[in-house]
Amino acid sequence: MIIVTHRNIFFALTALVIAASLASVLMFGLKPSLDFTGGTLVQVSYDGTRPSPEALTQNLTDVGFKGFSLRESGDNGYTLRAATLSSQQRENLPAIFSYQGGTAHIDELNEVGPTIGKELRNKSYIALALVLFCILLFIAFAFRKVSKPISSWVYGLIALVTLVHDVIVPVGFFALLGHLTGAQVDTLFVTAVLTVLGFSIHDTIVVFDRVRENLRINHDHNRKEPFEETAGRSLNQTIVRSLNTSLTVVLTLLILYFVGPVSTKDFALTLLVGIVAGTYSSIALATPLLVEVALRKGKK
Amino acid sequence: MDSFEKCSRMPAMAQKRVTALIILILGAALGWYLYHSQISGSKPFKLGLDLSGGTQLVYRADTNAINATDVTDSMAALRDTIERRVNLFGVSEPIVQTEHAGALAGSPEERLIVELPGITDTQKAIQLIGQTPVLEFRLLKQGASVPTELSSTTIAAAFEPAAITGKDLTSAQLEFQSSGGLTNEPVVVLHFNSEGSRMFAELTAKNINRNFGIFLDGVPISVPVIRESIPNGTAVISGSFTPDTAKELARNLNYGALPVPIELISTQTVSGTLGEKAVQDGVKAGLWGVAFVGLFMLLWYRLPGLLATLALVLYIFANLLLFKFIPVTLTAAGIAAFILSVGMAVDANVLIFERMKEELKSGKSTKEAIEDGFARAWPSIRDSNISSMITAVILFWFGTSLIKGFALVFGLGVLVSMLTAITVSRTLLMALGINAKHGFTRFLFGSGTTH
Repeated sequence: MIIVTHRNIFFALTALVIAASLASVLMFGLKPSLDFTGGTLVQVSYDGTRPSPEALTQNLTDVGFKGFSLRESGDNGYTLRAATLSSQQRENLPAIFSYQGGTAHIDELNEVGPTIGKELRNKSYIALALVLFCILLFIAFAFRKVSKPISSWVYGLIALVTLVHDVIVPVGFFALLGHLTGAQVDTLFVTAVLTVLGFSIHDTIVVFDRVRENLRINHDHNRKEPFEETAGRSLNQTIVRSLNTSLTVVLTLLILYFVGPVSTKDFALTLLVGIVAGTYSSIALATPLLVEVALRKGKK
Repeated sequence: MDSFEKCSRMPAMAQKRVTALIILILGAALGWYLYHSQISGSKPFKLGLDLSGGTQLVYRADTNAINATDVTDSMAALRDTIERRVNLFGVSEPIVQTEHAGALAGSPEERLIVELPGITDTQKAIQLIGQTPVLEFRLLKQGASVPTELSSTTIAAAFEPAAITGKDLTSAQLEFQSSGGLTNEPVVVLHFNSEGSRMFAELTAKNINRNFGIFLDGVPISVPVIRESIPNGTAVISGSFTPDTAKELARNLNYGALPVPIELISTQTVSGTLGEKAVQDGVKAGLWGVAFVGLFMLLWYRLPGLLATLALVLYIFANLLLFKFIPVTLTAAGIAAFILSVGMAVDANVLIFERMKEELKSGKSTKEAIEDGFARAWPSIRDSNISSMITAVILFWFGTSLIKGFALVFGLGVLVSMLTAITVSRTLLMALGINAKHGFTRFLFGSGTTH
C-alpha cells in the first residue's frame, strides 16, 4: 500500500497543512460574530445602483453610528455590522441607507443583546467539550478490547490525533475565509465543526477495526506478516468505502455550496473542508501513524 | 448482528416479493400524498422565520419585584397578554413563548420570545408589542349578538362602551359557588374600588338582562349576562368555567397590564423575498443533491445502486412526511442538514455494497454475498450512526432555534436512514431473488470485481 510505504511524504504533507492552518489562525485570527458578541447586523439590497461605500459611511456617521463596519455584499447590497440600534435608528434604517438615488430594502436585521451573546458563547464551549468527551467515550468503547502487537489505547490516541487534525484544518480555513470574505465565527460554524467531529471519527475507526481483524485472522492462521503489510492491506480493503462514503457527502455539500441558500454557503464550505480533512486523515494519517508507532516499538 | 443472521430462515420467495411490492406501493403513496398536500396546501411545511420572512423579538422580563414562587405564573400571564395583542393585530400563526435562561447567560433570566411571520418592519413589530394593554367593560348593544368573528370593526358594531373601566377594578379571584346542586361551580369574583362600585351598581341596575363584556386588549374574554343589580362592588362572573379557565380569567383580570416589565434584548428580521429565495435555492440544491448522489450510486454500484437510490427516494419521502407531521420548523440550516443527510443516508449502502463485493470476490454466490454483506456491514453502520447521533443530540441541546432546526433534521435523518438504507434496500435486493455465480447478473452486482 503506497500510503503506508511512502508514509513520510504524507506526514510531511499533513504537517504542512496543519502548519498552514495554524499560521492562518495566528495571522488572520477568528472574528466572533454578533451571535457571540452581541450587536447589530443589517443586510440591505438596492433597487437601482447602490451608493458608494464612502458616501454611505459618511451618511451613517452623520446619523450617529459609531465603530461600525460596512462591507459590500453581492452585486448590489451592503452588510453593516454595528452596536445596538436606537429605536430611531431602527425606524429610519431604510431612509439612512437610501442614498444617491438607490432605494434600500432591509433584507435582514439581526440585533443580539449582550446576555444572549454571552449565553451562546458559553453554550458553544460546553457543546464542544461535551462532543469531545462523548467521542472520547465512544473511542474508548470502540477500542475496549486489548489487542496485539499494539495496545488498545494507542489506537484511541491516534484516533484522537486525527480528530485534532480534522478540527484544526477547517478552523484554519475559516480564518482565511474570514480574511477574504469577512466571514465570522457564528453558531453555524460551531455546528459545522461538531458535525465534522461526529462524522470523521468513524472512518478512522473503520480502518482500525479492519487492522485488528486482520491481525486476529493472521494470529488464528498462524500466519507471519510484517505489521506494515497487514496495515497496508487493511487500508487497501477499506479505502474505497472511506472515499465513497465521503464522496456522496462531498457531492451534496458542493451542491449546497453552489446552488443552496446564501445563508448556508459558509456553513457548507466549512463542512466540506472538514469532511475532506477527516477523510484524508483517516486514510493518510491514521494508519501510517499506527505503523510508525508499531515499528518504533519493535525496534526497542 | 442477530437480526441479520435470521436470513437463513427466510420466508419463501413469494412472500419477500410481496413485501418489496408493498414497500414500493407505500413509497409511491407517500410521494403522491406529499405532492397533493403540497399542491392543495392542506398540510404545508412549517417554515422558520428565516424562510417565511418575519420578525423575532426577544425580551427580558424583569422579575425582580416578584416572589420566586409567582414567577412562572407571571410569565404565563405575560405570554397570554402578549399573545392577545399579537392576535388582535392579525398576524397569522404567531409564536409567543417564554424561556428560562440558566446560569450560562451570566445570571438567570426570564425571557419572552415573540415570532411574527410576515411582519418585516422591525420597528412596527416592536411598537405592536409595546402597546399598553387595556382592560375595558362594554355593553352588548340592544338586539346585537356576540360576533363570531372578532375584529375591531365587528366588536365596535356589537358593543357600546360602559362607564366603568379597568382601572376601577381592584382584584379578581377564583371562587367556588354551589349553584343549588351538589357540585361546586367555579366562578370569578371581581372587586371594584368605591368609585367603581358606585358606577357598577348604577350600570347593573339599569341594564338587567343585557350582556356585559369584559375586554382585554380589545378582545372579549367573558360576556356574562347581568342578572340583578349589584350594589356591593363585587361582581360574579359565572358561566361554563372549568377551574382552570376560571383561574386563567382571574389571572388575566389581575394582570390586565403586563404583569412584569419587559425589555427588548434581541431582534431578528428577515424579509420575505430573501426567505423565498432561500427556499427556492434550498429545493434546487436538494433536487440536484439527490440526482447526483443517485447517479453516483447507480454508476458505481450498478443494480444494488439502483435499489439504494429507490431506498433513498423513500428516505426522502418518509422524512418530508415527518417534517409535516411532527411538525419540524424548517430553517435554512435545517434544509442544509437534510441535503447533507441525503449524502449520509447512502453511506450505509456504500458500506454494505463494498462488503458485498468483498464477499463476491471470495467466490460466494450473489445470494450469499448479499446476506453476508448486510450482516457484516451492520456493526460499522451502527457505530457511524452512533457518533452522528451524539452530535445531533448535543447540538439540539446547545442550539438556538436555528441550530435546533439543523440538529432535529440531522438526527431524524440518521434514524430514518437506518430503516431505509438497511431494511428497505435489503428487502428490495432479496426480492430480486438473484443467485448467480457467473455472467451478466454477477456483473450487475460487482463493479470493480474480476470475474
